[in-house]
Amino acid sequence: MKYGYFIKILLAFFLAFAPTQTFAKTIKWSMQGDSLTLDPHAQNEGPTTQVSRQVYEALVTRGLDMKIGPQLATEWRTQGPNTWIFKLREDVKFSDGTPFTSEDVVFSILRAKQRTSDFKEYISTVSGVKAVNDYTVEITTSKPNPILLNQLSNIFIMSKKWSEKNFAVMAQNWDAGQETFSATNAMGTGPFKITLREPNTKTVFKRNKKWWGTMKDDKVTEIHLLPIKNAATRVAALLSGEIDVVTDAPVQDLARIKNSPAHKVESTAQMRTIFLGMDQGADKLRTGNTGDNPFKKKAVRQALYQAIDIEAIKKKVMRGLSEPAGIITFPGVNGYTEELDKRLPYDVAAAKKLLADAGYPNGFEVELRCPNDRYVNDEAICTAVVGMLGKIGVKVNLFAQTKSKHFKELKDNQGDFYMLGWGVPTLDSHYVFHYLYESGASWNRVNFSNSDVDAAIRVMEGEVNLDKRNAAIAKAWKIVKDDISYLPLHHQVISWAAKKDVNVPIRPNNEPLFRFASFD
Amino acid sequence: MDNKALTTWDKIKDSEIYFSFIKSPTAIVSSILLVIIFFCSFFVEFITPYNPFDPSSLSLMDAFTPPSWTSDGKVEFLLGTDGQGRDMLSTILYGSRISLIVGFSAILFSLILGVGLGLTAGFFGGKYEMIVMRLTDVQLTVPSILMALLVDGIARGIISRELHDEMAIYVLIFAIGISEWPQFARVSRAATLVEKNKDYVSASTIIGVSNFIVMFKHILPNIMRPVLVIGTIGLALAIIAEATLSFLGVGVPPTTPSLGTLIRLGNDFLFSGEWWITFFPAIFLVVLAFSINLLGDWMRDTLNPKLKK
Repeated sequence: MKYGYFIKILLAFFLAFAPTQTFAKTIKWSMQGDSLTLDPHAQNEGPTTQVSRQVYEALVTRGLDMKIGPQLATEWRTQGPNTWIFKLREDVKFSDGTPFTSEDVVFSILRAKQRTSDFKEYISTVSGVKAVNDYTVEITTSKPNPILLNQLSNIFIMSKKWSEKNFAVMAQNWDAGQETFSATNAMGTGPFKITLREPNTKTVFKRNKKWWGTMKDDKVTEIHLLPIKNAATRVAALLSGEIDVVTDAPVQDLARIKNSPAHKVESTAQMRTIFLGMDQGADKLRTGNTGDNPFKKKAVRQALYQAIDIEAIKKKVMRGLSEPAGIITFPGVNGYTEELDKRLPYDVAAAKKLLADAGYPNGFEVELRCPNDRYVNDEAICTAVVGMLGKIGVKVNLFAQTKSKHFKELKDNQGDFYMLGWGVPTLDSHYVFHYLYESGASWNRVNFSNSDVDAAIRVMEGEVNLDKRNAAIAKAWKIVKDDISYLPLHHQVISWAAKKDVNVPIRPNNEPLFRFASFD
Repeated sequence: MDNKALTTWDKIKDSEIYFSFIKSPTAIVSSILLVIIFFCSFFVEFITPYNPFDPSSLSLMDAFTPPSWTSDGKVEFLLGTDGQGRDMLSTILYGSRISLIVGFSAILFSLILGVGLGLTAGFFGGKYEMIVMRLTDVQLTVPSILMALLVDGIARGIISRELHDEMAIYVLIFAIGISEWPQFARVSRAATLVEKNKDYVSASTIIGVSNFIVMFKHILPNIMRPVLVIGTIGLALAIIAEATLSFLGVGVPPTTPSLGTLIRLGNDFLFSGEWWITFFPAIFLVVLAFSINLLGDWMRDTLNPKLKK
């Protein structure tokens, strides 16, 4: 008889806990670095946006097919060349229960336009935004803007009330190291809310029960982001089952992961180009030994370019998973052509001659700044570059550090020679020029300045005739390519590795969307 | 001259130490290994044609060449190459030189500091002795790696980044040295306490020899035996401490790798089949530390009369 009770109790336990066992499932997600800040307007950086994207939503967004579709706005139309009317979704609530209205959209767009925001360049043409009624917003641009929707897909909408309550009305000044409530807390309309945040250790995303949309798989209730910097440790964690999905599987370990019967690997060309920048604005290199700035001479820049054996980097460092690049943009972006993407030939003898002709027969010394936890094998690429430039007499001292310091010090204008990668979320060349080439632009750390390029950028912003606009893009690309303002390296190929039964669809912008995740 | 040299050799041959040495196979094997390692490390320029510390001499296309006896290996790279095309064998030898220099210097530093403090503490006694001994107690409660990490962290804060790479090796020596000195202080103090009551010390004091001369000329040679024993064992520990710190990424920079740095760099390729990048430096480190330890054991047995039957 006693056994009978025992079994009944066991059965009761089983029935009580079985459903949660089957339905509540956590996806443990890892990559080498963490989000820099939870403030959705403070840092325009890949992993930061990847985290914000799970919590915050924009008026429009790119789906799995990378096409722009509705999100918080259901429909939109233009009224004359400079005015856009957005109809908002009416059943949306923030995860704290406050209803979402046009006030929040107006607030968020103005917030993203503030001086401290890193997203202001996206919407620099937006000259006015006003709430027509609770669910209609009118956005005016200073000139006709054919890529406004692309740009708006990266402007996340925050709650006005929540921001005011928590003193987060201004975007966090990340460059100045400011700490705000919004940097460590996130509250949006998206499918997840963040319940625990330990930077660089653990971030817990729980389902937002008030979300208006539907999950692909209701079993996905929690996401844990556990950044692991060391590549071998990250792979070991994946193989041992501690981690479910890795969104930057190290290229050297893909064969090993594929061999595991419980895991799978997916690769896709990423929308990101890796390049080196050389400060041409400074009169004297901070870390040089010649007392002047060799990078001011195009011949020197070309010498460096031709001394880099990109095929060797592709074969040995990237294990074949990269596409050598001639410009800082990739197939699929408006303005990209294969012709532009051709590289100057690798030629050490020519490079040496160029360097000697430019007045540096014995080379010079400079420091190369590199992140060591941002791009695929970033530090290894830089180390390889150090060796290759050494062969033409340029003594490069490598300084690799974690991405948060790297980016901050670059923005402080501390780098003579640095590595950076650039993705193009808007899929239009304008984004590259506006950030990297325009005089005085925030990421134009090479201090490139050319009035023709600036004029072409103005055309890209205001020209609705696509042929004329594309001509301006082509012209600008030709100028900057001929000038060798940057040293393009390659387009990154990314690989995601996951457990066989965990499906997180891979996307070329490397942004996982966990609302589309599912379990087998 | 000849005659004198002969007598010195005869003296050595007649000594207990020599007798015990040739009777101990472990001591012979380990010292032969050490002689080979020391020779190869310090004369590496004459042994290998490669200089792994000069990035411009490397070719990336040589990267990841397996050891020469495997099917894809090349004869010119006996133990294969690492991810940058550096020849593993020469990199290991260059690296072990750094490890040995750091190990020796660190142990020398802590020996001078520890013996200096221990000897004077034992000799003078009183409040000074108490302070020094409590200091060693405090120091011994902090694990030596933690201490070394702390010193390195502080140094990174103080020294500018440009200088840090050049200073890294000195910081490392100081960090390891400062964490090992209490051993020496305790042993030398204990030995001094025994020695200072002996007649020769009283005699020298009575005839007016200064304290300094008594301590360092008369007592010091008599307490060197136990100090040398822990010094030898401490050397192995110091080399391992250096490897640990470099493995953790706070040691010497990757452009001039020591054994620990090499193991760390190779660690990234453990899963991808390039086992030799981490395996050979690791084996080399094990052999090095093991040989020194065996030699230290033999020295302890020989130099400590109390263990003799």
